[in-house]
Amino acid sequence: MDIQEKGKGPLFTDPDPDAARAFFMKKSRNKTDKRMTLKQAVETFVQDGNYLGIGGFGANRTPVAVCHEIVRQRKKNLGFAGHTATHDMQILSAGKVFNRIDMAYGIGLEARGLSKSARQYMESGQVEVCEWTNYALSLRLQAAAMGVPFLPIRSMLGTQTFEHSGAVNVYCPFTGKKIVLVPALSPDVSFIHVHEADIYGNGLFEGIAVADIELAHASKRLILTCERLVSHRAMTRKPHRTDIPYFIVDAVCEVPFGAYPGTMPYEYFSDEVHLKDWLDAENDPEKLAVFLQKNIYGCEDFSDYIQVNGGMKRLQELRHLELLIKSEIKDK
Amino acid sequence: MTVYNSMEMMIITAARALENGSIVGVGTGAPCAAAMLAQRTSSPDLIIIFEAGGIDPDLPEMPISVGDSRTFCNASMAGSMNTTMSLCARGFVDYTFLGGAQIDKYGNLNSTLIGAWEDPKVRLPGSGGANDFASFCRKMMVMTPQNKKRFVEKLDFLTTPGWLAGKDSRKKSGLPEHAGPHQVITDMSVMDFEQDSGRMRVVSVNPGYSFSDVQANCGFELLCATELVKTPEPTEKELRILREQVDPQRIVIGR
Repeated sequence: MDIQEKGKGPLFTDPDPDAARAFFMKKSRNKTDKRMTLKQAVETFVQDGNYLGIGGFGANRTPVAVCHEIVRQRKKNLGFAGHTATHDMQILSAGKVFNRIDMAYGIGLEARGLSKSARQYMESGQVEVCEWTNYALSLRLQAAAMGVPFLPIRSMLGTQTFEHSGAVNVYCPFTGKKIVLVPALSPDVSFIHVHEADIYGNGLFEGIAVADIELAHASKRLILTCERLVSHRAMTRKPHRTDIPYFIVDAVCEVPFGAYPGTMPYEYFSDEVHLKDWLDAENDPEKLAVFLQKNIYGCEDFSDYIQVNGGMKRLQELRHLELLIKSEIKDK
Repeated sequence: MTVYNSMEMMIITAARALENGSIVGVGTGAPCAAAMLAQRTSSPDLIIIFEAGGIDPDLPEMPISVGDSRTFCNASMAGSMNTTMSLCARGFVDYTFLGGAQIDKYGNLNSTLIGAWEDPKVRLPGSGGANDFASFCRKMMVMTPQNKKRFVEKLDFLTTPGWLAGKDSRKKSGLPEHAGPHQVITDMSVMDFEQDSGRMRVVSVNPGYSFSDVQANCGFELLCATELVKTPEPTEKELRILREQVDPQRIVIGR
């Protein structure tokens, strides 16, 4: 299989499955209590220069609390997979914590508009970019999860998205058809927000999986944040519902409402008012500095942030929105 | 006389194009409104899928995000990105709606940047799932306002494949066959792509517009169908369903 064309984009991670195997062979399998505060988990597992994987999609079941903590701890020179990175990329760009990105979708907040922080940061020349598509990034994670160096994909052909990617194309040895090969992607550390986890790291989420199963297995280190801790027995009673087995997990952090202001399926809907405040604050650097001080740097932890933005009352409204329940209660 | 705006006209035209019993991959906004309207009018068995994994939902309202809870509300399945994209790759998906900052005469799209790659004037979101959808889905649809800024001779960046440099070039690229751009629906016209050349061609003009209006608002030379027709106007029933059931908050049609 000779390479026909090769994308010009840089590879930020090593696709060699033997390098990943060497790491996983040494990883602890111990069934220990892995609870940590989010502050401890980020201090322990995120080193400057690391490549991150962030679970969820857009502002849906995204580990927003982790993004805040990374910015609060002023991490530097990180890389990450922009796999429909929206509010997460907005936060990381405001904190200027990364200098390279595998970009399938970023900057935008879907129908809500473009993040000015993310746009300006990407246009500043401080960030190295490699272009991909959403499916390509999913398959890159899947390749890493399978322990193989690449997977084939039939999109990207004939476009500049391919030219500026790190993919190659070849003729298929079985059919003679042209096909794109995308390299395995193993993040140094990834974060996934789930509905339930036990203290050992077994995790369960509701709703769409996006690429989180692939991400969990592709990543060298894995931090789960969860809406609530449940007993180990509660998890093993329904093993068919477990999405992530404990021994691939390094830390478990209980962060209720950890996807706020995004959506958490069956728990709370996105806070569109607050997301608009974010976009508005980005129009003026001074306003943004005040906004970040109020919402991130000046907060001790994520529960502070939620208090600052309406606390229990707001969360109750968002729960009603998610469940399509009208909020007003009529007098009886 | 029926009163409607250009966005309503575009959504209704798009909804009519979706064949009953087919599968459509959509995003948020106008395409989603078109698919929801089709389900409530001509295509009750239309199956909607979302790239983040929502498969065949019964949408209670228009989603804000391609992955929010509405996209798998009362759905047949809450799957994954790979569920949706592998369905597309296997040839299961009949339609997709895409858009971008720029489109050229072969239906190629740019959603990556304005300016030069080395020093972009504006950095845009990138492909997302658009390149994948356009590579795999049988009929790629585009809904966009008609103006010279969007309809350009040369894209600043070719993010998502249309017919590339013509139908032969798409075939030679190795992209799967029986997939490609199908229709472009604007506030002035409906266009398809000529059989052999793959070039954009005006097939119908909306009430109040002529071919020369469309050409005057396009940065490249358009082909014109031999029998240019008028795009049928929305019916009262279509407008009522769109306004009352699909987008009662006028998030899309109110603009």
